[in-house]
Amino acid sequence: MSADTVRFSDDRLAEIAELVKRYPGPQSALMPVLYMAQEDFGYISMDAQKMIADVLGLRLMQVREVVTFYTMFKEQPTGKYLLEVCTNAGCMLNGAYELADHMCESLGIKMGGTTADGLFTIAEVECAGACGGAPVVQVNNIYHEKATAESMDALITQIRADGGEA
Amino acid sequence: MTISSDPKQVTQICFDRINIPNQNKLSVARENGAYELLPTVLEEFDSAKIIGEVKTSGLRGRGGAGFPTGLKWSFVPRNTGKPTYLLCNADEGEPGTFKDRDIMRFDPHLLIEGMIMAGFALDVRDAYIYIRGEFLHEANVLNEAIAEAYAANLLGENILGSGYSMNLTVHRGAGAYVCGEETALIESLEGKPGRPRFKPPFPAVEGFYRCPTVVNNVETLATIPAILKFGGEWHASIGIPNNTGCKIFSVSGHVNKPGNYEVPMGTSLKTLIEEYCGGLQHGSVPKVIIPGGSSTPWLTGEHYDTPLTYDDLMKAGSFLGSGAIIVMDETADLVALTHRLTHFYAHESCGQCTPCREGTGWLERVMGRVENGKGCAADVTVLKDASEHMAGRTICALAEGAAAPVLSLLKYFPEDVQTRLAENAE
Ligand SMILES: NC(=O)C1=CN([C@@H]2O[C@H](COP(=O)(O)OP(=O)(O)OC[C@H]3O[C@@H](n4cnc5c(N)ncnc54)[C@H](O)[C@@H]3O)[C@@H](O)[C@H]2O)C=CC1
Ligand SMILES: Cc1cc2nc3c(=O)[nH]c(=O)nc-3n(C[C@H](O)[C@H](O)[C@H](O)COP(=O)(O)O)c2cc1C
Ligand code: SF4
Ligand code: FES
Repeated sequence: MSADTVRFSDDRLAEIAELVKRYPGPQSALMPVLYMAQEDFGYISMDAQKMIADVLGLRLMQVREVVTFYTMFKEQPTGKYLLEVCTNAGCMLNGAYELADHMCESLGIKMGGTTADGLFTIAEVECAGACGGAPVVQVNNIYHEKATAESMDALITQIRADGGEA
Repeated sequence: MTISSDPKQVTQICFDRINIPNQNKLSVARENGAYELLPTVLEEFDSAKIIGEVKTSGLRGRGGAGFPTGLKWSFVPRNTGKPTYLLCNADEGEPGTFKDRDIMRFDPHLLIEGMIMAGFALDVRDAYIYIRGEFLHEANVLNEAIAEAYAANLLGENILGSGYSMNLTVHRGAGAYVCGEETALIESLEGKPGRPRFKPPFPAVEGFYRCPTVVNNVETLATIPAILKFGGEWHASIGIPNNTGCKIFSVSGHVNKPGNYEVPMGTSLKTLIEEYCGGLQHGSVPKVIIPGGSSTPWLTGEHYDTPLTYDDLMKAGSFLGSGAIIVMDETADLVALTHRLTHFYAHESCGQCTPCREGTGWLERVMGRVENGKGCAADVTVLKDASEHMAGRTICALAEGAAAPVLSLLKYFPEDVQTRLAENAE
């Protein structure tokens, strides 16, 4: 995609114009706008970053340093389903590493990898702020608490059976 | 609300309505007392009265540092010609902490009402909730609740005809633990990487866009409606002097019923774990208790009777922190756990202070080789030296928090490390 083809829709641009008014300065709208780009384009390419810099009147560097500082902004495409396994203290004490190993095996990929069909990416993440439900797995930002090998296998099977439309 | 006006009868404040279904809907929240007192506050109270009640209440910041809320509000300079901002810290990233999430997803109107009252007291026109990026569901719940509040003229222009106007915006973080530190949060809300600023100046004087800014935790702000309803004296009579009110504890790890429990301050660790959390998964006395989130020094079984107050936990050698209690029984592999925590801090250090950037990296590497069979006796000295050089020499408290687990492991369980090293030597 070139910078000319990565464009927000007119509705998005109108939404951004409204958003900017909520803050004392336009730069504050950067993170919400990056989320919009990620939602619309799947990930935040360099062209998208240039386009966002133009839209908000920022220098490309100002956009780049934010994209690279925060782990939830993705510069590369990930699988359609992002499985994020928390392995921090509370989850670790309740079997998160065993669960993570099991999920990698079920998917046939290593931690951090993406399946060949582009359906799943698995990643290890820091405390998800839900330790009462340890171990916790987020699937595209939906929390699955007290996750088990069985419940995760069932989810993976379901998504595959639905042809990735679960 | 079913909270008793008799402080001796009070067992919960923020969680009073937490189990009512659909409490996130304005109509349901209103049936249960939400916004009941707001018209009176906006009509009959003034800034001095509200700040006075909050001071009298003894409420201390629930985000971790325990700074008196009323005092912080009183530091905000007036008539500077600049706007004052109110920021709710909903970044909730400290491993073990998951209490603010429940307030936001189950009773968002309690937080919104607290913010309107705080905003009115501080003459705030624009307020923001900075919520961690992973809490997408909670952000959506808040946005729906805020939209309903705007439609009912509880937010926006001329709230309930009082002449006071306030806007409230939810702003999502994007996966950086350090952004929970209030000055990093401010940088992030300004659209920059979340790198903490030097304090002082404190945000109360110079914060968001260099204007006076109050940053308060979700639980702190959610306590305000009850304080204004029943009075500062009432709140000051709950709990223990200097440690007043109730506190939500997020309990995780090796307990049978992990979860959030709100109890009056002064309840003992043992009572909380045995009576509320169904006791331990194995054995009867915990091996390790991390009382205030992963950044706080560890306690052990000998501290099991400690009352949960800021003062008592400090006397025991730790902190109440965010109220995140991580419990470990004898099955825990403390070397592996400490290694995992050092990895967390190394990953989350923003990198601007050398002792933190280098120190967190060292701790992770050395703990890694101790865990993985490559350690040597000298590593104990390296760990100790590196940890001791991190505290007090950095811009924010992350570095100190990073050193806490390592120092605790070496202090209480040197034999666990020695055993691992001996296995390695074989
Ligand atoms: N809830 C969570 O997820 C986490 C909580 N924490 C907690 O954070 C704590 C450290 O927080 P800090 O903000 O570094 O503590 P701090 O002691 O610097 O500040 C506490 C609060 O009091 C205010 N304050 C202090 N002195 C002031 C003065 N003279 N004038 C005006 N305001 C003043 C500060 O602005 C801040 O809002 C740790 O104790 C830790 O427990 C740490 C990590 C995560
Ligand atoms: C590394 C670090 C992370 C922090 N994360 C949070 C957080 O997630 N939530 C929070 O309320 N306070 C957090 N704090 C504490 C805030 O800096 C600040 O003290 C707090 O928001 C003030 O609100 P309170 O007075 O109501 O507690 C953190 C502090 C540090 C040093
Ligand atoms: S102590 Fe660490 S996290 Fe805090 S400002 Fe310094 S480098 Fe950044
Ligand atoms: S440790 Fe996994 S959610 Fe907190």
